Amino acid sequence: MSETGDALSEQTRLLIAVRDRRDRQAFAALFAHYAPRLKAMLRRGGMANAQAEEVVQEAMLAVWRKAAQFDPARASASAWIYRIARNRQIDMFRREGRPVPDELAEELAHDPDAADALALDQETRRLRDALGALPPAQREMIERAYLGELSHGEIAAVTGLPLGTIKSRIRLALTRLRHELKDLRRP
Amino acid sequence: MTHDVTHHIPEPMLADYAAGRLGHAFSVATAAHVSLCDECRARLAAHEAAGGAVLETLPPEPVSDELMARVMARLDDPAAAPPEPPRPSGIYPGPVMAALGGRPPRWRSMGAGIRQAMLHAGPDGSLRLLYIPPGRAVPDHGHKGRELTLVLQGAFHDETGRFGVGDVEYADESLEHTPVADEGAPCICLAATDAPLRFRGLIPRALQPIFRI
Repeated sequence: MSETGDALSEQTRLLIAVRDRRDRQAFAALFAHYAPRLKAMLRRGGMANAQAEEVVQEAMLAVWRKAAQFDPARASASAWIYRIARNRQIDMFRREGRPVPDELAEELAHDPDAADALALDQETRRLRDALGALPPAQREMIERAYLGELSHGEIAAVTGLPLGTIKSRIRLALTRLRHELKDLRRP
Repeated sequence: MTHDVTHHIPEPMLADYAAGRLGHAFSVATAAHVSLCDECRARLAAHEAAGGAVLETLPPEPVSDELMARVMARLDDPAAAPPEPPRPSGIYPGPVMAALGGRPPRWRSMGAGIRQAMLHAGPDGSLRLLYIPPGRAVPDHGHKGRELTLVLQGAFHDETGRFGVGDVEYADESLEHTPVADEGAPCICLAATDAPLRFRGLIPRALQPIFRI
């Protein structure tokens, strides 16, 4: 598959296969890719080996169960799985659980705009490239912040990452989704 | 529902929420605001995109051999599913309903028509609902730590601006303000702090531990 922007990333395609077809093989491929990375993230956050694996297990189960909520116009597979893992981690280790924003729609009643998904995918790739191109010290700070080792209040503003363009993309997709939901609910 | 929100969650707080570094009280207020504000929903998703990019570039750490088999075996086990998060109800977004335990707020009078309902008090801060009658002022107060106030009904204004449904006011130690509820509907706010408030009037400081404010 081409990686030059005319196709979604492999991980996002796998997650769509899980969402639409409950594809176990696709899920196994996602597991093989993300489980070791999630474990690395949790270990970097200071978690013991067995605990980290327990969170990985619960996070990947949540990926399977919540796949219907995945919208590639609003998140790449990596962003969505990052969120799911943080939610499960805090649910498991904080007595009060993780407060999560209300979902826009339990299940998407429409096929998300393919062009929106492709555009977000491209921005995601650009974001990864920008992260890789940062001076090592700055990249280290950003990594530590998103890995949960440092508070964002403790570091200077997250500069050097094109978060603004990603945000604008997602905002556009949200506006479109709001319109569609309104049309659906109109009698 | 979305609203015409003009006051948003500060950037570092949104990023800390994404990274799982924010305390419970602020997390509830942040998740509740995002429920009402598509701009912050998109900003939060952008931080999660950054988190995903970091996750993607981490050197993988091998997981034990049986982990995948264990997960695959449990995929369709309904007993293993955690409960779904509470749904929004009336003026309260889902994260607030969760903090309320799914029940209506238990208001306590603080005098002068002002009421509060404590939702959470812990070492990382406290979370409460405030009910302010139309036109009434919340006594002048400064802050020891940080405070995040989300309007759920009505509106209030203070020295820094006007805050309507969905708006958040972020205040740190440098802000001393007197919020006044607008005329019309009573103002109901969700207030998260990471330190006890210091009231200047209304309730003597010695009584503050009793009221947990």
